[in-house]
Amino acid sequence: MLDPTPNGLHSGEPPLLQTRGLTKRYGDFVANDSIDIEIRPGEIHALLGENGAGKSTLVKAIYGLIQPSAGEISWQGRPIVLSGPSDARRRGIGMVFQHFSLFDNLTVAENVALGLDGSESFKDMSARLAQVSKTYGLPLDPKREVWQLSVGERQRIEIVRALMQDPKFLILDEPTAVLTPQEADQLSIVLERLKAEGRAILYISHKLDEVKRLCDTATILRAGKKVATRNPRLETAASLARMMVGSEIKEVRAAAGRQTTVPRLVVNDLSLAPAEAHGVRLEHVSFELKGGEILGIAGVAGNGQDELFAALSGERLSKDPGAVVIEGIAAGHLSITGRRKLGAAFVPEERLGHGTAPRMKLSENALLTGHAASRMVRHGFIDTAATLKTVDTATETFDVRKAKRDPEAASLSGGNLQKFIVGREILRNPAVLVVSQPTWGVDAGAAAVIRQALLDLATEGAAVLVTSQDLDELVEITDRIAVMFHGRLSVPLPTRETTREKLGLLMGGSSLEPKEAVHASGA
Amino acid sequence: MELVEAIILSVLAASTPLLIAATGELLTERSGVLNLGVEGMMIMGAACGFAGAWLSGSILVGALCGMVAGTLMSLIFALMALGLAVNQVATGLALTILGVGLSGLIGAGFVGERITPAAHLDIPGLTDIPFIGNVLFGQDAFVYLSLALIVGVWWFLYRTRPGLILRACGDNHLSAHALGYPVLRIRTLAVMFGGACAGLAGAYLPLAYTPFFIPGMTAGRGWIALALVVFSSWRPGRLVVGAYLFGAVTILQLHAQGWGVGIPSQFMSALPYLATIIVLVLLSRARTGGSTAPAALGTVFVPDR
Repeated sequence: MLDPTPNGLHSGEPPLLQTRGLTKRYGDFVANDSIDIEIRPGEIHALLGENGAGKSTLVKAIYGLIQPSAGEISWQGRPIVLSGPSDARRRGIGMVFQHFSLFDNLTVAENVALGLDGSESFKDMSARLAQVSKTYGLPLDPKREVWQLSVGERQRIEIVRALMQDPKFLILDEPTAVLTPQEADQLSIVLERLKAEGRAILYISHKLDEVKRLCDTATILRAGKKVATRNPRLETAASLARMMVGSEIKEVRAAAGRQTTVPRLVVNDLSLAPAEAHGVRLEHVSFELKGGEILGIAGVAGNGQDELFAALSGERLSKDPGAVVIEGIAAGHLSITGRRKLGAAFVPEERLGHGTAPRMKLSENALLTGHAASRMVRHGFIDTAATLKTVDTATETFDVRKAKRDPEAASLSGGNLQKFIVGREILRNPAVLVVSQPTWGVDAGAAAVIRQALLDLATEGAAVLVTSQDLDELVEITDRIAVMFHGRLSVPLPTRETTREKLGLLMGGSSLEPKEAVHASGA
Repeated sequence: MELVEAIILSVLAASTPLLIAATGELLTERSGVLNLGVEGMMIMGAACGFAGAWLSGSILVGALCGMVAGTLMSLIFALMALGLAVNQVATGLALTILGVGLSGLIGAGFVGERITPAAHLDIPGLTDIPFIGNVLFGQDAFVYLSLALIVGVWWFLYRTRPGLILRACGDNHLSAHALGYPVLRIRTLAVMFGGACAGLAGAYLPLAYTPFFIPGMTAGRGWIALALVVFSSWRPGRLVVGAYLFGAVTILQLHAQGWGVGIPSQFMSALPYLATIIVLVLLSRARTGGSTAPAALGTVFVPDR
């Protein structure tokens, strides 16, 4: 299984980069256990694995960010020791980070300059930046500061910065996790082009269909070890997932004969001015969500989804109490706690900083959303045993993997923290659950657990509202889908009757009739 | 006319230590480190600067002693806050307490001694020009140095690559580390620069402002320098405005009290603080969005290796 060239995948071409027995230990924990990987010029090589399988550790070692504890890295046939990322860049290894390595308060040009070695003047660099971004069809305004840019634009900076070093080998750590389908398609075109230019690409992704479409080779890691190297085109998404997880991933399944009951969440002509200068104005948003039903909200990020979440959760109040009705009670004027007491629960998009306080323990985080409506406070004092019990129950029910019983929220991996947050809310038996991007950056196993939990919650009679940029996810679990565009919400359509094309058109803003939306909800 | 000239001269003298100390702290904070020990480093600079000048008879040696003292103090801070990743606020406060105490001990033997204060520039012809001559060409070296410093820091931050890297460390140390920049080394150097500036600013007081040393003679100037950095929204240009405004209102209200303006003296004493805050707040309102403070300011960074 550890044969470096299995299945006769490669011709006799020598590898560009090769690791042999690469091992990285953090104390007792082995993040990478004797990994062999070979990357050849002109190939897109996928690196697959669940969160915590050791993908990031491996690429950090290849990029010189961490020193391996054992094993060797060869570059163009010769063993090398990288003194740091700048050493890697000098040799022709570039990297695009998962969590962008950008500086929010610096301009695009300054951000790019920081990723280069500084051997050319700022003016020459700016000129070359304009040229590279034009050549690859990645438009950028060099004078803008990063905080003003969308996620897609930010990633363009990262990619252009890496390309400006003219790398022979480019590492991309989950590049499409935060992109819209259109942006992801655009990225594929760029990658195909880089491949045609003879560059090698190491591509980390959770999206198996994308890997099958784009990649020539796939190396699969599990728990720090290499499991296999395969040609992804000859595998199925299911077989790849099986190798990643080590067992069959349960297919998400809705219970048959789910009954919809009374409307539990009703939004009536909700309009809201943006809170920030760059925010989106919500305009006449209306929908009705019954118990036992899952409504999906699709749309390109930044079209008012965040604003809608804030208006529903009570982070922002509406002037008209009747704009948001929870369980038949006008709640538009109620605070978050007031709405929770009516039986609503909320899972925001940002796990760290919004969904949890990163430096607080899980039990404390459980208390933060559960203090009003769950029994964790007695006579004004915290019932520590009850908060710990919530953590234990969530851990058990949703398979949250963590190092100790009650660690800090920030120490959990993304998928496990998300399972905890969703679990924490579901354990409160909410009548209404509003969840935003439930499986953003979460591995396949955890995503399946979360999606199943949402379906089960609806089966038990709760109303579930899911906002997601992942159309596949929405198609998989929702009963109806509406699209958000420029602060307006389209008429929800039964999921069975929609197509990707139809939704794509709505996401682009065409054939949207807001008047109809108002009528539809009034009916 | 002579009164106006006298006022301007005393404004320059009162503003210079603030400007020097605040310039150093501005650079430190731009790298993402919040060193609240400015007052402590300043008072150590004052004590050691005076001791050095009195023992050697040279203002230059005194100034250097002050800078070395400030730098050594800042190294204690760097060791704790950067090397051991201790909370920066607590470390800075402790540094001030240490500095106030230690400077009293070092300076105890020098209380009551006098030195010849730093010479003022005298260019025949130029300095003699009525009114502006003395203001522009009749100052001590510290005044010119303070202006050169702030221009230099501006140029460094916005026109050089090391300056860009320093700002990057202050904006996001994780990104800077991921790109391979030695965040802790850069920050240590920035902290040392801040320490040297604070020490120099402190030394200015007994070497040029008043030619003797008394314990606690910085009298809260370190704190004002810190506040100026914040209210200038970490911009060198605004820092100059703030420092001179503060100095000017300080001197003016003293004169106003002397003239017997019918306003309670407590209010007059508070005026410099009020005026500075109001003006700098108005200035910083111009920017919309984004973060004015270095985003990583005061946060602990431990590189994984």
